[in-house]
Amino acid sequence: MSRPELQAPPELYYGDTEAKKYTNNTRVQTIQADMTYRALELLNLPEDQPAFLLDIGCGSGLSGEILDEEGYHWVGVDVAPSMLEVALEREVEGDLFLQDIGQGFGFRPGSFDGAISISVIQWLLNAETSHPTSSPPHRLTRFFTTLHSALRNPSRAVLQFYPTSDDQIQLITSIAQKAGFGGGVVIDYPNSKKARKVFLCLFVGSGGAQQVPKGLEGEEEIESGRAKFEARRERSGKKRDKKRKSIKDKDWILKKKELYRKRGKESVPNDSKYTGRKRRTVF
Amino acid sequence: MVRLITHNLLACHAKGCTTNNFPLQFKDVSIELREAEFNPEFLKGFMPRIEWKALVDAARQLGDTTLPSEMPEMVDDEFLKNLHHALLEVHVEEGAMVCPNCNHVYPVSNGIPNMLLAEHEIA
Ligand SMILES: C[S@@+](CC[C@H](N)C(=O)[O-])C[C@H]1O[C@@H](n2cnc3c(N)ncnc32)[C@H](O)[C@@H]1O
Ligand SMILES: [Zn+2]
Repeated sequence: MSRPELQAPPELYYGDTEAKKYTNNTRVQTIQADMTYRALELLNLPEDQPAFLLDIGCGSGLSGEILDEEGYHWVGVDVAPSMLEVALEREVEGDLFLQDIGQGFGFRPGSFDGAISISVIQWLLNAETSHPTSSPPHRLTRFFTTLHSALRNPSRAVLQFYPTSDDQIQLITSIAQKAGFGGGVVIDYPNSKKARKVFLCLFVGSGGAQQVPKGLEGEEEIESGRAKFEARRERSGKKRDKKRKSIKDKDWILKKKELYRKRGKESVPNDSKYTGRKRRTVF
Repeated sequence: MVRLITHNLLACHAKGCTTNNFPLQFKDVSIELREAEFNPEFLKGFMPRIEWKALVDAARQLGDTTLPSEMPEMVDDEFLKNLHHALLEVHVEEGAMVCPNCNHVYPVSNGIPNMLLAEHEIA
């Protein structure tokens, strides 16, 4: 079977059935979680400050749930209504937008402390969306220019994606550079067919560093993405920060985790205390 | 699930709409209140990013009159609690946001704003 982005526009490919299948697939869950932790690591946010992040192509919230657990506030955008529907069912905490990233963002300058995107921007290279649109280079330019302006200086955007060729990596990086980004490509496990992962690690301003981080080498470790993430953080001397943990208190996080765990296989009806909502109409 | 924290960051992104395109105006909205974790550090860090008048106006329009017209220089706990509520606990669920400049209507349904543009609106 050919790659999803060659088959149909994203909002059609990720229809109701595929959105559920995708989200409930435990293999998908593990891979997306691994890559989200790695993206957070490459984002290299200051340890002692809460952050407001953008999740580009947030889908059904697999990456967003990790942002919740890690105590970040976030906004997610996606072009597939069915994926956003699943994200709502899973009660992620970020604000969600139905948006085609190829049309650009309207966020005010300096809105976000960082951005992540997991398995999304290859879509900008391929199938068009079903609604009106323009050529891939034009869409990429619009995307990177408006993303650059939406981010604070200094900050980073880390975008994991699936290129089909080095030419595609070239095209994407050159457009990102023209939009004002520094940084470059990080390739984890470059010699492993299965574990190889490409991350575009973009800097606004200095991005808090001079050099593009190194990719991971060798055999893929067997532990979970989170364990790896924490182990590397320990090794690099960056202990898991007490303040970061306290951003959202422990009970809150445990409750959230419990909720997500329960939903692992199937979405269960909303029953958390935070869904005890008062509804009122203003006008 | 659009909250005032994101509304305060959002300008119209239609083609050619670059001035007077913020803040988007709420129209026919219904809201839900949902408790969120209080985090004073986050709020203090976020304050410099806020367009204060836009926030106060939007909050008042949604029935929350607790915020002062000017952003205070000294923040106390009561102020932060009010700010917390306005930014993070008021969810616009239905209705629309309208650009004050080009009048583009961004419908909000099920808490999700539809930011998709028509062909002639794409920059
Ligand atoms: C493989 S899923 C990844 C979802 C999520 N980031 C995760 O890790 O589970 C790819 C997502 O990209 C979204 N997408 C593709 N093209 C897009 C576009 N032009 N604008 C916004 N989202 C897009 C799809 O709708 C889909 O939800
Ligand atoms: Zn406008």
